[in-house]
Amino acid sequence: MAGVTLDTVRKVYTGNVEAVKGVSLGIKDGSFCVLVGPSGCGKSTLLRMIAGLETISGGAVKIGDRVVNEVEPADRDIAMVFQNYALYPHMSVYDNMAYGLKNRGTPKDEIEKRVKEAARILAIEPFLARKPRQLSGGQRQRVAMGRAIVRKPQVFLFDEPLSNLDAKLRVQMRVEIKRLQRALGVTSIYVTHDQVEAMTLSDQLVVMSGGQIEQVGTPAEVYRRPETRFVATFIGSPPMNILPGKVEGPGRVSVGGQTISVTDMRDGLAPGSAIEVGLRPEDVQAGAAGSSSLTMDVDFVEELGATQLFHGKVAGTEFVVQASTGQIPADSRTLTLSIDPTNVHLFDPQTTKRLGRA
Amino acid sequence: MVENRPYRNFLAYLVLTIGIVIVAFPVYLAILASTFDAGTIANGNMPLLPGDQAVTNYTRTIFEGASRTSREPVGGMMLNSFIMAMGIAVGKILISILSAFAVVYFNFPFRKTAFWVIFITLMLPVEVRIYPTYKIVADLGLLDTYTGLVLPLIASATGTLLFRQFFMTIPDELLEASKIDGAGAFRFFKDTLIPLSITTIAALFVIQFIYGWNQYLWPLLITTKSSMQTIVIGIKKMITTQDALTEWQIAMTTAVLAMIPPVLVVIFMQRLFVKGLVETEK
Repeated sequence: MAGVTLDTVRKVYTGNVEAVKGVSLGIKDGSFCVLVGPSGCGKSTLLRMIAGLETISGGAVKIGDRVVNEVEPADRDIAMVFQNYALYPHMSVYDNMAYGLKNRGTPKDEIEKRVKEAARILAIEPFLARKPRQLSGGQRQRVAMGRAIVRKPQVFLFDEPLSNLDAKLRVQMRVEIKRLQRALGVTSIYVTHDQVEAMTLSDQLVVMSGGQIEQVGTPAEVYRRPETRFVATFIGSPPMNILPGKVEGPGRVSVGGQTISVTDMRDGLAPGSAIEVGLRPEDVQAGAAGSSSLTMDVDFVEELGATQLFHGKVAGTEFVVQASTGQIPADSRTLTLSIDPTNVHLFDPQTTKRLGRA
Repeated sequence: MVENRPYRNFLAYLVLTIGIVIVAFPVYLAILASTFDAGTIANGNMPLLPGDQAVTNYTRTIFEGASRTSREPVGGMMLNSFIMAMGIAVGKILISILSAFAVVYFNFPFRKTAFWVIFITLMLPVEVRIYPTYKIVADLGLLDTYTGLVLPLIASATGTLLFRQFFMTIPDELLEASKIDGAGAFRFFKDTLIPLSITTIAALFVIQFIYGWNQYLWPLLITTKSSMQTIVIGIKKMITTQDALTEWQIAMTTAVLAMIPPVLVVIFMQRLFVKGLVETEK
């Protein structure tokens, strides 16, 4: 077992396109690290550099204590699960899993033992003699994972492994991946653009954008205390509302003339300066007007069953409120929202960084 | 669209039958002619039912050949043709699969140029480059050899193109998975590419075997000994004698014999061949 350390890793493609701009990250041995971000943010490139499928333009990738920049993928002691599974179509399930071991000259009986064990863990024993095309998507996914498990690698790499599955199967496989990773205790790096997958799977969540890391932390930390406006709007569904506001004084900001209190606010912000106020749709309550409240004009309501989404405007800016069904009358035209000061996030309009307490 | 109406069915069958008759009748005539003696064919009134000379004609053709001209047993010619056709088919497949492998999977300077040069040779069939090719083969002392028959014909742009197109449809992840599984370039080629290309190989084999078998101009040029003759040239020589009567029964028997190997190849490889041409499954 080994952790993975990235030290200012860069990837520059021909034509000076910088896909990864100096990423440093420490992934603890045995932990589940998820890289999440919109497409083109460099997360897949970063993963492929760890795998050895892309050359590293700058910096160092360490697996355990060994710098692997120049090491062949096969010798890095990693296993990878691809988005389209990349199973060998002409080989049986058994041979698919055994291939990597065969190439390493593992003895036959050892191969058989490991493949049988992996098949048992993944419940694909009945399919060992079949070809991949005779399997369903979920079964292929399991075979791809089996191929990774039999190698007993130091690190598992997952490149959006669930995006080819239908929604129901995706949830089921997500749970299985998590359970499997817990059971095996192998350091895992998982790339996805799906923030639900990212939140549910990770011990360590890495949000990326534009080839850089925006924030690293546990899912709860990232959700509770987003460090940039990008993270705030990317993590959480529906996304956080961002309202333009003004600093009134310590612990007080105003939005369109209505003042609200804030707990987590940096000291020394000049009164009157512009600021961005972030409020999660699930964090605002309809209530009576008070010392910290906003009024909202409702345009329409989306029904989600257990909850309702109220779409409308606060001080001329789009705003969404999520409430349990029945909590707010669905025909309300205006809402008074009481704001809990601990749930307000402040961001600098220029740098987009959080303006919280240091 | 599949329609099922009696009238249309009848029309479809009629058109197909006419087509088959047009294509098959000359073949039937050739087979028929191989069962008569020379006199029956020569008098111009050949019956439309087989005669009784089949065994005589075939044994004589295979083991002795026509009496006057070449006196070469057709059995030997068939062997020559077979060696040439096999050599061309196998050689073409080997060369084109390797060059396609290089062009698709390796990054070397002038890779694109290499591909385009190969591509351009599509425009140069054997006939166009026949003189320089003859000169080279002659200078190498390869006249009247199997090597001389096969070698100049095995470079194949068509094959390279076909394999290249197929390789490009193989997802990159398969190569990457192989890399992680510890397979080098050659292992990937042997363990993954070749098994996946089987149907393409079969299709190419059928096409190239028939192409090789039907070669006329090239063998005509470089073979002078009658022992090196191919069957296609053999037929031609049998019917161009001017000072004697053509032994039509022997010529026709030879023609029928010449048809057999390509037909066998098609019959046995047909399933793979069709799959190779319409391959969609990955």
